[in-house]
Amino acid sequence: MSDAIKAATLEYATRLGDDSVVLGHRISEWISFGPFLEEDIAYGNVSLDYIGRARMFYTYAAELASDGRDEDDFAYMRNDREYRNLLLFEMPKGDFAYSQVRQLFADVYYTVLLPELVQSKDETLAAIASKAIKETKYHLRRSRDWVLRLGDGTEESHKRTQKAVDALWGYTHELFDMDETEQLLADEGIGVDVSQLRDAWLKRVTDILTEATLTVPEDSWEVKGGRIGYHTENLGHMLTEMQIVHRSHPGCKW
Amino acid sequence: MTPEENFMRKIEAEEKIEPKDWMPDTYRKNLIRQISQHAHSEVIGMQPEGNYITRAPSLRRKAVLISKVQDEAGHGLYLYSAAETLGISRSEMIEALQTGKAKYSSIFNYPVLTWADIAAIGWLVDGAAIVNQVSLQRTSYGPYSRGMIRICKEESFHQRQGYEAMLALAKGSPEQKAMAQDALNRFYWPALMMFGPHDSESAHSQKSMEWKIKRETNDDLRQKFIDQTVPQIEVLGLEHPDKALKWNEERGHYDSSDLNWDEFWSVINGNGHCNRQRLEHHIAAHDEGEWVRDAITAYNEKKRAKKAQNAA
Repeated sequence: MSDAIKAATLEYATRLGDDSVVLGHRISEWISFGPFLEEDIAYGNVSLDYIGRARMFYTYAAELASDGRDEDDFAYMRNDREYRNLLLFEMPKGDFAYSQVRQLFADVYYTVLLPELVQSKDETLAAIASKAIKETKYHLRRSRDWVLRLGDGTEESHKRTQKAVDALWGYTHELFDMDETEQLLADEGIGVDVSQLRDAWLKRVTDILTEATLTVPEDSWEVKGGRIGYHTENLGHMLTEMQIVHRSHPGCKW
Repeated sequence: MTPEENFMRKIEAEEKIEPKDWMPDTYRKNLIRQISQHAHSEVIGMQPEGNYITRAPSLRRKAVLISKVQDEAGHGLYLYSAAETLGISRSEMIEALQTGKAKYSSIFNYPVLTWADIAAIGWLVDGAAIVNQVSLQRTSYGPYSRGMIRICKEESFHQRQGYEAMLALAKGSPEQKAMAQDALNRFYWPALMMFGPHDSESAHSQKSMEWKIKRETNDDLRQKFIDQTVPQIEVLGLEHPDKALKWNEERGHYDSSDLNWDEFWSVINGNGHCNRQRLEHHIAAHDEGEWVRDAITAYNEKKRAKKAQNAA
C-alpha cells in the first residue's frame, strides 16, 4: 500500500467509524424511552450493530495509523472539529417519527452503499461491509415498516412524520458528496463512489415515502460540512456527554 | 379428589402448576403480585443503568451495557407474558405500576452516580437477584419457573461482566479504586435488603413457602449472598463495608451487622433519591409513546378495511 493510499484509507475508515459511533450513540439514547418494551429492545439491537461497526472501523484505522492509538482513542479523544461524521447522524433524537425517518434515510443509504463496499479491494473494509449488510437488511425492514405505519397512521403521526422528513431532507445531500480522498480510494477500487448512489437512494426512499402517503420534499436547501469537521452545534454536546468519563481519567483502562 | 386436594397433591409431588390447571384464587393473586413486581423491577432497572449508556467510558463497555439493558427489557417481556397466563394484561400491570399499586425492587430508588455504580449494580444487584432467581427456578408455577431458568443464564453473564468491570476499577488508578470502594459502600447494604424483610416480618412469605412459589426464606438467601460476596471483595482488594463481619465456625456462615430496616422502609415509602424520578420517567415515556401506539392501531385498521374491501 502506498503512503498516499494508506493515509486515505485511514481517513476513510475513521469517517465510517465516526458515522457509526455517532448514529449508534443517538439510537442508544432511546433505550428506556421507547413507546413500548419491544421497541426498547429493537433500539438496543440496532444501536449495538452500529457500535460494533464503529469498533471494527476504528480498530482498522488504529492499525493503519500504528501510532499506539486504539479504538477508544478514536472515539473518545477527538473533539467535534476532528470528527468526520455525516451531519444527518448527529442530529438529536427528536421524537419517535424523527428518529425513524432518520433511520430510514440511513438504512436505505447503507442498503445501496454496502454492496459496493463489499467489493472493495481492501479486505478489511470488505469484511466489515459483509457483516454490516446482514444487519442493515433487518434495520431497513424495521424503519420502513415504521415509516409506513406512522405516515399512514393517524393524522398526528402523519403530521409528525412529514415534519421529520422535511426537517431532515436538507441533510441527506451530503451523503453523496465526494472529495479528493474518497475519489482516490474509489479510483483504486477501495472506496465507494457515493456520488453514483443518489439516484438509487432517491428511488427507494421516494417509493417508501409515497406508500406512506408522505410527500418527498423539493431540494430547496442543503447543509453540509460533516466530512471536513464543520458540524452542527449538536455534536459538541453529544461528545461532551459521551467522552466525559473517559477523559476525566486520562490513560486509564476500563 | 377435590380440585383443591389435587392442587396440593401436585405441589407436594413437585409437579408444576400450569395456566389451565385449577388453582386457589389467592395462589393466583400471590403469583401475579410477585411476577409483575419482578417484571416491573426489570423494566425500572433499565433506567439507572441506561443512565450511563451515553457516558460509558469505552466502546466495549458501552456495547456490553447496551446489551445488558436490552436483556433486562427482554426479561421484563418474559415475565409480563408469564403473568399474563394468570389472566392479567400487560396494560393492567403497567397501570398498577404507574399508579403505585404495584411495586418494583427498591434498589432502583438509589441513584447511580459514577461509572463504578454500574459495575457494582452488575456485580451486587444482579448477583443478589441470581441467588433469588436460582431458587425460583424450582417455583411451583410452570411458566414462572421456565422464565427463571432462561433469565438465570443471562443474569449470570451480567454478574460476571459487572464483577469484571469492578475488577478493572479496583486494579486501576487510585481514583478508579476509590470510585469502586465508594460504589461498594453504597450498594452493599441495599443489595442485602433486596432479599426482603426478615422472615418474621415478611407479609407474604409463609403462604408462598407452603405453595412452593418461594423455595427458600429471605434470610437464608441473604446469608448465601453474604457468604459468597466475602471472597469476591477480597479478590478486589477492597474493604468490606461490614466492619462487624465475622466467620462463625459453628454455623458455617458469616455473622454480620443488623441491617438498617428503618432506611429500607423509608426508601420503599418514597424517601429514596429516585422514587419519583423512576415513575415519572416511565410515565413520560409511556405517554409520549401514545401517539405511536395509536398510529399502529389506525394503520392496522386501515389495512384490514382495505383487505375486506378487496375481498368483497
